[in-house]
Amino acid sequence: MKKIDLNIPEVAVREIRLGSITEFHGNAETLVKNSCRGKMCDKGRSFSQCLDCSISKATCMVALIQDAAVICHGPVGCASCLHEFAFTYRVNAPLRNVANPTQRRIFSTNISEKDTVYGGTEKLAAAIRQVHNRTQANVIFVLSTCATGIIGDDIESVVNDAEAELSIPIVAIFCEGFRSTVWTSGFDAGYHGIARKLIKPAQEHKKDMINVINFWGSDIFSEWLAVLGAKPNYITPYSTVEILSHSSEAIATIQACQTLGSYLGAALEQEFGVTEIKTPPPYGIAQTDRWFRELGKLLGKEKEVEQLIAEKKAVYLPKIEQLRTKLRGKTAYVTAGAAHGHALLSVLRELGLRVIGAAIFHHDPIYDSNTEVSDGLAQSIRDYGDVPNYDVCDKQEFELVNMLNHLHPDVLLARHGGMTLWGAKFGIPSLLIGDEHFSMGYEGIVKYGERLIEVMENDEFVKNLAQHSINPYTKWWLKQSPYKFLKGGEGCQR
Amino acid sequence: MSTCENIDSGSINQVRYGCALGAFHSVVAIPGAMPIAHCGPGCVDKQYMSLDFYNGFQGGGRSGGAVIPSTNLQEEDVIFGGAKRLQELIEATLKIIKADLFVVLNGCIGELVGDDVGAVVEEFQKQGVPIVNAETGGFKGNNFIGHEIVVKAIIDQFVDKYAAKNVKRQKGLINVWSELPFQNTFWRGDFNELKRILEGAGFQVNILFGNGSGGIEEWKRIPEAQFNLVVSPWLGLSIAQHLQDKYGQPYLHLPVLPIGAGQTAEFLHKVVAFAGIDSKQADEFITTEEREYYYYLEHFTDFYAEYWWGLPSSYAVIGDSTYNLALNKFLVTQLGLLPVKQIITDNPPQIYRDKIRSEYKNLDSDVSAEVSFLEDGYRINDLLQHLNYGHKPPIIFGTTWERDTTKKLGGSIVEVGFPASYEVVLNKKYIGYRGALSLLEKIFTTIISKSA
Repeated sequence: MKKIDLNIPEVAVREIRLGSITEFHGNAETLVKNSCRGKMCDKGRSFSQCLDCSISKATCMVALIQDAAVICHGPVGCASCLHEFAFTYRVNAPLRNVANPTQRRIFSTNISEKDTVYGGTEKLAAAIRQVHNRTQANVIFVLSTCATGIIGDDIESVVNDAEAELSIPIVAIFCEGFRSTVWTSGFDAGYHGIARKLIKPAQEHKKDMINVINFWGSDIFSEWLAVLGAKPNYITPYSTVEILSHSSEAIATIQACQTLGSYLGAALEQEFGVTEIKTPPPYGIAQTDRWFRELGKLLGKEKEVEQLIAEKKAVYLPKIEQLRTKLRGKTAYVTAGAAHGHALLSVLRELGLRVIGAAIFHHDPIYDSNTEVSDGLAQSIRDYGDVPNYDVCDKQEFELVNMLNHLHPDVLLARHGGMTLWGAKFGIPSLLIGDEHFSMGYEGIVKYGERLIEVMENDEFVKNLAQHSINPYTKWWLKQSPYKFLKGGEGCQR
Repeated sequence: MSTCENIDSGSINQVRYGCALGAFHSVVAIPGAMPIAHCGPGCVDKQYMSLDFYNGFQGGGRSGGAVIPSTNLQEEDVIFGGAKRLQELIEATLKIIKADLFVVLNGCIGELVGDDVGAVVEEFQKQGVPIVNAETGGFKGNNFIGHEIVVKAIIDQFVDKYAAKNVKRQKGLINVWSELPFQNTFWRGDFNELKRILEGAGFQVNILFGNGSGGIEEWKRIPEAQFNLVVSPWLGLSIAQHLQDKYGQPYLHLPVLPIGAGQTAEFLHKVVAFAGIDSKQADEFITTEEREYYYYLEHFTDFYAEYWWGLPSSYAVIGDSTYNLALNKFLVTQLGLLPVKQIITDNPPQIYRDKIRSEYKNLDSDVSAEVSFLEDGYRINDLLQHLNYGHKPPIIFGTTWERDTTKKLGGSIVEVGFPASYEVVLNKKYIGYRGALSLLEKIFTTIISKSA
């Protein structure tokens, strides 16, 4: 099966497309070795806690497009949390120079019990017309949900009819929660819709335009790319339908996080001829070197890149060394999404910390670029060594709590809600940074190191809290192996 | 058992409530209770992120947020059914999680594919596990409807079974049903104040939710109460009716949640009269509280009378019926502000709507207010922009969704309902004596901060 096929409405979920898994325990190196041999599969957990689902992930890539509207076709609950993106859009707008961040246009078809019997397609068709009249959005995205998936609403037909009637792109995104255990499948679903209906074939590629696939991180690429005579084209949050339609004209695509951009980066390369920078994003000194060099090579700016690297290193390496003297030997635990988690493993170890474990939400044995070069975890192991207690654990708090109880790291690093608070409850200083660009590059290592020291020094709140917080887990559980409820056992081999 | 229904309102923008499954928050609100969700992978997280996190950043505490066990149903469960998966999850939960009561909530998937959750739960009940089952498919209605389903399930499957038998009704003991926990951003502080004033007046109170509740021991005493007190325009009425049918327990319905000295005294007098207890303690409590309340109001008067840049004179409230009515009553009778338009957003069942409307006809002897029932944010904000607020911009009591409109109107906004994403709430309260003082602080700090 072709991994990327823009002729069909739906993209296959990650388990099927990439062989992704959500369960593993062991050393990071074992995981990487088993992944390349195609030995991984999930057997399930006999205990599980609530996860995230694809809908939110698809939404965050489409609702933050400046001139888009989004209809969540399902019961009201599937859309009730989407205001988090309206909030994020406003909070992060200054980082991306959006002066007047408008209200996000998010709708729910609010289907009722009656609709589950008679179908919800008429309600959807009416909602699309209404949203078009109300918002004059340049694109309307329609998200499917578990309920409308199960009752079998033919969303694709409704959307195509509406598109013919209203003459704007109307994009169905198939992201029912039950389809995938890997919620990042939702990113792919969103991008598939964008690639199918919004990105137009390019007449030519512009040497000064580089796509950056990211979330809502601060604009650090303008300065970096200026040295190479190029400008970043951030996609898809804060972009517009017009910008997206021209993203095919870029000379290259870079990723802030391959967990996020795997599918879009590959689609831009395979379907629109935009070269993807395959080496993982620039976290840690060695990888920043590699990343800049690959970019320089592509742009024919090798000399400029060498000069940039030299200048930056002259400024930042001494500072990094200073930070290492304060941080060396401190123990750290990481919980994050996959690619960004790998990035944090590198940054922490660059700063001299000892990473004693990680709970990473899923694992993609390979990305859509289909090359081992992109494997950030393998690269981090090559650069800094193995990581013990490396769990693939999709926000299963009970495993994390058990693990923290055994390991007691000096600091907990995270990039997702829901888990970080357990650091605080155990009296472990914790740091969650939502800006995915924060620790990138040589300067990012310095910024991150300084933040780490602040957090570890200011532990009064968490130390105090730890003495008073209530633990809902049984004493029995805290004494068990954290992997007791993995049905396949550790390593989960086929 | 009659279950209330929302009105099918079509598609909506700017959602102002969760789905029926979101009522797992009512379980989280009971100390010692733990929800178990039989639903899709993102359902619980979505309701947590919306009702709990980006709504005052209330926090999950012991049994909320990422703690909640969930079957996270997948495609194979949709095809083959997920009941076995649930059974396995419950078995594991009993080993891993400490709780006095487990409440299984069935979501859209389980209900649509027809999983017999009741049968799975019943097996555990037979073994003496304190566990109940609530059918809360998201398409059944909003979290207000879900709350009533969950509460009735706990009463029927747990309280009824574990309550002491043949215990006499206790005069002066009240079960209180009021705001919807977590949906109302300030419920924790409000419930504590409600309990405080009722206890001050001489009652014993089963507050049932929040930090002031005695958890499941308190729930087991529900049948012992002299009566049920419903303090909201409609939420909780069907629960009280259910308890009346079940235990012959009477109920008192007071639609107005009291804010400020005037309303609170009136409220306490009504409860005392209904209970038929001696009013001496209530009278003394009211006197003491009023002394404190008016001490602060007296000092506030300098500002109120002499703030020479002017204060808004008109307002609109956009919110759930309980807070909407409560705020209206306070703003009109205590502050003398002019109601322009009141928008009720919790989609109350049709049978209650005329009654709710009538409450606004007599906010004060000479003041009535116009009410609209709307949930669609687009229509709400469109309406707000086309009202006549008089010669000064209004103060809007609403949600984060009303911020843009308020800016356009040049007015001030106090976020009083879901979603309140620009409030960080610990135990702040807006009701009773003490809550009214916080509310006054909030209103006027907001207004004068406009020039900051």
